[in-house]
Amino acid sequence: MATVISVDGLRKTYGSTVAVRDVSFTVDAGEIFGLLGPNGAGKTTTVECVQGLRRADEGTITVLGLDPATQTAELRRRIGSQLQESALPDRIKVWEALELFTTLAPGAAHWPTLMEQWGLSGKRDATFGSLSGGQQQRLFVALALVNEPEAVFLDEMTTGLDPAARRVAWSLIREIRERGTTVVLVTHLMDEAEALCDRVAIVDGGRIVDLDTPQGLIARHAGQVEVRFSAHLDDLSWLEAIDGVERAGRRGNQVEIAGRGPVLALVASALVERGIAPEDLRVERSTLEDVFLTLTGGPA
Amino acid sequence: MRALARTTWVELKLFRREPLTVAVTLGLPLVLLFVLGGVFGNTPDPEVYRGVGPMDYYVPAYIGLVIASLGIVGLPAHLSAYRERGVLRRFVASSVPMWAVIGAQVMVTLVVAFLGSVLLITVASVTYDIHFPSSVPLVVGGFFLSGLSFSAIGVFLGSAFPTARAAQGAGLMLWFVMMILGGAGPPPEVLTEGMRAVGDATPVRHVILLLQDAWLGFGWNWTETLIVAVFMAGAVLVTILLTRGRLGRER
Repeated sequence: MATVISVDGLRKTYGSTVAVRDVSFTVDAGEIFGLLGPNGAGKTTTVECVQGLRRADEGTITVLGLDPATQTAELRRRIGSQLQESALPDRIKVWEALELFTTLAPGAAHWPTLMEQWGLSGKRDATFGSLSGGQQQRLFVALALVNEPEAVFLDEMTTGLDPAARRVAWSLIREIRERGTTVVLVTHLMDEAEALCDRVAIVDGGRIVDLDTPQGLIARHAGQVEVRFSAHLDDLSWLEAIDGVERAGRRGNQVEIAGRGPVLALVASALVERGIAPEDLRVERSTLEDVFLTLTGGPA
Repeated sequence: MRALARTTWVELKLFRREPLTVAVTLGLPLVLLFVLGGVFGNTPDPEVYRGVGPMDYYVPAYIGLVIASLGIVGLPAHLSAYRERGVLRRFVASSVPMWAVIGAQVMVTLVVAFLGSVLLITVASVTYDIHFPSSVPLVVGGFFLSGLSFSAIGVFLGSAFPTARAAQGAGLMLWFVMMILGGAGPPPEVLTEGMRAVGDATPVRHVILLLQDAWLGFGWNWTETLIVAVFMAGAVLVTILLTRGRLGRER
């Protein structure tokens, strides 16, 4: 698959603070690539260097075959950016912003369609300053898409959205990808990264601490599975003998089994064999959040 | 060019939506002119006002003041707020060229200063018996040179100050000094030598002399042209050095 973005040995300092050190990754065409990390981890600095908004101190960056530091203007025409900490003039109206940015982008999208898709039609004549945080975010994403970009950068785009609006935003991001646009998603929200990203780079302290598919990361760093059910069992040793089970314990009449691999299927089959059929047999898998806590040693 | 035209059009609409700014920018010089006209009338006095009627002196001076207030109060506050809030980043990231964003600010300054000047002249000619410019082309030429020069100073102030609040504060302070000592307040003839020296160091003094000479029939003042042009070139140069073309990128 074609590589859209390649970053090699990126380093960026602000004064004596090293914001990003030796960051390397590639993003393939049509992928949703996530940069996940706590605030101040260096995610935004990284994507801003990639977009040519900041100049890297060291390292090579190529985006769509262009160097963001020198071929900035051409790059801007081919990518879309929803920036963190940016704004529009308070008194500009939604339609004016969309129209302004559309007329300045060659080969631009039909802005009324974007306005409709991003649920802003009802706010056509509202000024930017009067929009809610969520509406402002949606306008930014719509603006990031006016030039029909080949790659789009979304930096904390669901911040300020309520849960329902976040789900809508997620499905729209998937739609952006369906159209063949590569998406780089910067987020500190685990569920968002897990739900959307094909691959995730976990960033902490200016470095990428690991990079893989969400499933790959979970299997590697937090592959434990917990199986629970209610049953009156005195002897648990036969459960511990099942392949992959590491530990079996009891809390009241709740049996808790921890292990790795296809533990649920094996435990279920063993239970049925002994004529035990608990109605509440359930499994809890690790999530990206567990991986994150393991890798960064703290909550986001 | 299309980018500049589109951005200018949007910026003009935004300006119109700021009623307070519109009122202060266009209304304040008018009020001051009224007060001064009421006090001094328009009878020439050979001792002060360059030997012409006070109103004939003040009308071109207030055109200069309108240009100055837009350039050092309006533009810097607007531009630094854009920078501070991330509007410039937003524009630049969306392929709106930086020169068009700044160019639009300059255009707004020129257009609004022009409207303010027309309003000022209209009101002054209705209420006082002022003399019309002895050369309209020279006044218009002086107006554009002054407008561009103060725009350049405004862009410099807007890029130099860390926050919009700081830019606005500094701009207002400069504006008061310029108004009182630069020739739009008491006639320079009655100021002490020290005050006149401070006034002479302000760009508005030279803009006013340039406009007055064109208006009052003293001809095109090349010395003042040079000084106004030097203020402009200096502001442009310092802005370029200061931002190194990075306005709207790194904050």
